Parts: sequence; structure tokens; C-alpha cells
Amino acid sequence: MNILRILLVLVASAHAASAADLSWELGAEARLFPRDGLDGRQHGHNSSLYITPELFHDWGDQRLAFAPYLRWDQGDDERTQFDLRELYWRRSFDSADLYVGVRRVFWGVTESLHLVDIINQSDLAENLDGEDKLGQAMLQLTLLRDWGTLDLFVLPHFRERRFPGTQGRLRGPAVAEHTVYETDAEEWNPDLAARWSHILGDFDIGLGHFYGTSREPRFAPSGSSLAAHYDLLHQSSLELQYIRGDWLGKLEAVRRDGIDGTSLAAVGGFEYTQVGILGTNLDLGWVGEYQYDDRGAPFFPVGDNDIALGARLTFNDVQDTNVLFFAAIDTDKSSRFGSLEAARRMGTSGTLRLEARFFANLHPRDPLAALRRDDYAQLEYVHYF
Amino acid sequence: MKTQWLQYTGHALSILIVSATFAIAQTPEERGLEIAREAERRDTGFGDLKAELNMVLRNQHGQETQRQMRVRTLEQEDDGDKSLIIFDNPGDVKGTAFLSFTHRKKSDDQWLYLPALKRVKRIASSNKSGPFVGSEFAYEDIASQEVEKYTYRYVEDERFDERDHFVIERDPVDPKSGYRRQLVWIDQEEYRVWKVEFYDRKNTLLKTLTVSGYSQYIEQYWRAELWSMVNHKTGKSTELQWKGYVFSNGFKDRDFNRNSLAQAR
Repeated sequence: MNILRILLVLVASAHAASAADLSWELGAEARLFPRDGLDGRQHGHNSSLYITPELFHDWGDQRLAFAPYLRWDQGDDERTQFDLRELYWRRSFDSADLYVGVRRVFWGVTESLHLVDIINQSDLAENLDGEDKLGQAMLQLTLLRDWGTLDLFVLPHFRERRFPGTQGRLRGPAVAEHTVYETDAEEWNPDLAARWSHILGDFDIGLGHFYGTSREPRFAPSGSSLAAHYDLLHQSSLELQYIRGDWLGKLEAVRRDGIDGTSLAAVGGFEYTQVGILGTNLDLGWVGEYQYDDRGAPFFPVGDNDIALGARLTFNDVQDTNVLFFAAIDTDKSSRFGSLEAARRMGTSGTLRLEARFFANLHPRDPLAALRRDDYAQLEYVHYF
Repeated sequence: MKTQWLQYTGHALSILIVSATFAIAQTPEERGLEIAREAERRDTGFGDLKAELNMVLRNQHGQETQRQMRVRTLEQEDDGDKSLIIFDNPGDVKGTAFLSFTHRKKSDDQWLYLPALKRVKRIASSNKSGPFVGSEFAYEDIASQEVEKYTYRYVEDERFDERDHFVIERDPVDPKSGYRRQLVWIDQEEYRVWKVEFYDRKNTLLKTLTVSGYSQYIEQYWRAELWSMVNHKTGKSTELQWKGYVFSNGFKDRDFNRNSLAQAR
């Protein structure tokens, strides 16, 4: 009887071990710009579509994942793109994971700015907020130990940062036409990264280091146009999170070392959740963060001495309705950035999203000055199947 | 005169006997705790468990929405269970996963995996009274119930559905709980929970949970097919239809951490 049971379990596992899963996401976006762009070539109201399938195949301790991404943009050719977001193989061992291929890795704890999230390149053509990332080729080894988790990366291929094109909105004053690398190997310079993370009592801690081509370009005039310079960078990073009751304290800090010297940047603050406000099922989450960056020319970082505040209202209803209001204020230059996002599920396979952003009080030398006429409202419908 | 003396002695003796009985008997609080401990003892040692869940949410007009998810649980030796919930639908939450470490004496640790950003986000677990994915089940209702989370009081015995039950009252220890107290019906034979009445902070009956379809697994552990929660205030209800219970999966702590959460499918 025992043998029969063992056999049944083995047969069941053999079937359960092999599972493939394909899902699709299709989005349609309409953007309204109440004002014309600073540059006459920039488009006005715009529409865009994207489609991204995601395929997972699991068998035994292995996985294969494939997620290409395709976007078509009506007004901006540079925003139209095909990107391989994921194509990787993963093998799990007793206390380690090995990944080979293109994938997306997230580092960080803060909400307003993802300072330490360096592995994947930012796609600023997709969205200004930097939460969209391009696929990154990598060899990753994750070691799981009692003293924490250690992730080791070799990143063989560099991706340039994506920006809107000449006809696009929400971009800088000029579009770079050339790319200059500090290394001779250019985009094939292998970058290295490592990160140790651990939970110690009520603290989450992460220490990382990156050595390779910086994901952030430095713009310099090149003849009659602009060139994007990607220099070598040593970046050491710290992530710290403290949890107590309804409160979360967060900190991300980086120390950068490169061709332009050494610089320091940090973002930190709190997240506080009020569960069930005014006797309802609604939750109200508050975020307050301070952003600091001591770099001057030629970077002019946006978050150099800024305060970011956010409030998220979660309805906890069947449609998962939620509203997020976010504002960032530059304490030096008193420029303001505001964002309102709302989302709600439609039926069983769709989501409707609203996004409205505005830029106010922009000093002519503020890094966001070129966006001062780019206030916009966007409606997006995403269908899942 | 002699008869009266005998009567007094008789009374005195009976008073003595009754007092002695009271001295040995438990208080309702001790009895309640004993029942809760026995129920926990009978469910201890299952090791690990996985199950599929179909959640049916009904609003006051009878309109239905369904959500499917998979649940994995790993028993801990001296603490509450670790559990991982993977959402399979609707499409916009597919691939989202929730990891929870239940603790006996302190707040639970909880994380949420957001597949769009590939981000594991730590969440404040003081949100126990909030609805779990918009259903009539609060986070504290679906978390693994640990004896230490409540204080108990035995109320009475009650028979229904041809079963004898203990009725015990339990008061949540955590001030963040949405409930003032709960009444729990536990059957006397197998110590399974069949009904729970939830009273809100104002002590009004807020919800009733009815459990049915118990089956016994690996000759010891009872698991139900149906959990039905009705909210008397709003008229909404949520049904949890459980199936595919599998024990002895060989799960380890390594399968219930931030790393495995980010890879959960």
C-alpha cells in the first residue's frame, strides 16, 4: 500500500511539474496636452497602443520565460518600439538560483524615486516617472544563506536610456543624436553588480555595488547637436527599511564614483497607512520623502533638494479602485510637479487608468524647465487575456 | 431536635461537597482556552499544505464576481504558519503574490509582489481588519489562527446538524482587530470549527462564517470545502470554495521568502 502511494505521488508530480502559461496584455492610450510644446515639431494630442505577451514554462526546478513588448505611437516615432523585456532560463538549486538571459530586477524600498535600482535601464519614452524599464541581459547567481541573500550579476550588454524623440512631448530641450562611451568596448563592456540583502529584526537592509557603464547619460554639446555620454561608474548603494505598526521608514542612499568625481545622493522618508478611514473600508496611505543629490553640472538631477508627498486612497472594493495623488516640490527653486493617478477594474479582464500630470512654477534653469508646457491628462484602457 | 441537627449537618455537608466541586472545576476562561488548545493540538503536525481557492463575491443584489488563487502553507515549529497566496485572476492581478509570516506574539510580516514592477514590497501588517481583495473576509480572518491571538471563555454546549458543539467566545488580543469578540462553534468529536459569529467594536453582530464539507486528510487533518461569510450589515457575501488539498509537498522555508515570492507563479 505504501509503494502504491509513492507511485501515485510520483506520477502526479511528473504531470504537475510541467506547466506552461501564456497571457496577453493589450493597452490603448489617449494623451491630451492642453498646450502646444515649446518646440514646434512636438505633437499635440496623441494616441498609442501596446501589446505584450508573457510566456512561462516551468518544469522541475527550471523555468523559461519570454516577454516581448511592442508599442506603436501615433505622434512620436521614437516612442514606437519593440523591446525584449524578458527571455531567460532559470535553474533553482537547494540554496541558489541561476538565471541566464534577459530579465528585469528591482532594487529598492522608496516610493518617490528609485535611486538604487540600477540593473535595468530606464525607459523614459514610455513614461516620465522612470518606472518602466528595458530588458537587461544578465548572468545572475542568487545565493540564499543564513546571513542573507547575495545576488551576483554579470551584465554583458548595455542598453542606452530611451527618451522621447524630437516630435515627442515630455522631453528635454534637445534630443541627443550621438552616443559616446567611456570604454572602448562601448555597449559590450561587461558590467558587474552585487547585492546583499537581509532581514534583521524589524529592519530590512540591502547593500549593493555596481561597476560598469552608468545607466544615466551625461549630455554634452557635440558639434551642432547633443551627445549622450555614458561614463564608467562605481556605485555603492544602501537600502534600509524599518517597519513598526502602521509605519514604514525608508532610506536609499548611493555613493557614486566616476569620471566626474564623487557624489552622494539619498532619498528617505516614511509610509503610513490608515486602515478603514471614517468607519469605511477605505485605506488611506501617506508617503513623505526627501530627495537629495549633490551633483551639479552637467547632471542637474531633478531630485536634488526636493520634498515628495503622496496620498493613496484604496477603496478595497471588488473593482480594486484606487487613487494616488503625488506632489514634488523643489525647495531651492520652488518648482512643483503634481500627479494624479486613478485606476479601476472594468468587468473581469480590463483596467481603466487615468493619469494627469502638471508642472508649475518652473524656473528657466530648472531641469524640468523644458516640460513647462507639457501638462497632460491620459486615459488608458488595458485588456488582459 | 436530633432531626434538625441532622438536617443542618446534611446541609453543611452538601455545601461542603458543592464547594469542593467548585474548587476543582475550571473557570469558563480556562475551559475556553482548553478547548482552543485542543483544537490547535489536533491540527498541529501537518507540515505543509497547498490548495486551490475559488472565491465567489456576491453583492447585495446577488451579482457575482469570481477570483481564483492558489495557497501554500508551511507550518512553523514555534510560531504561526508561513503562507504564500498566488493570484491567478482577474488578468490585472495575475501573477501578484502575497507572503505572510503569522506570529503568535507580535505583528505578522507581510509582503506583496507586484509583477508589473518586479517589486517585492513590504506592507504594514497592522492592516488586519481591512478586506482581503475586496471580499467579506478580513486579513485577520484568513490568517492562520493561533491560540495566543485571543483570550477565551467557554459559553455553553449546543447541538445542531446532528452534532454536539462547544460554543466558546474569543476576544482578539490585538487592539487593531476589527472585532470586539467572536463566538465559535467547535464540534466536540473532532474539534472542527463549523460556525463563527463576528461582533464588531460596538458589539453588534457583523458577520457569520459557516463552514462545511469537511474531509479528513492523511488520517488526521480536517479541511473544509466551503467557507461562507455573510455580512449582515451590507448584505454582501463571499464564498471560499477550496479544492485540491495536497499535503506533504516537501516545502521548506526557502520556498517562503522574498526571493521565492518574486518568482511565484
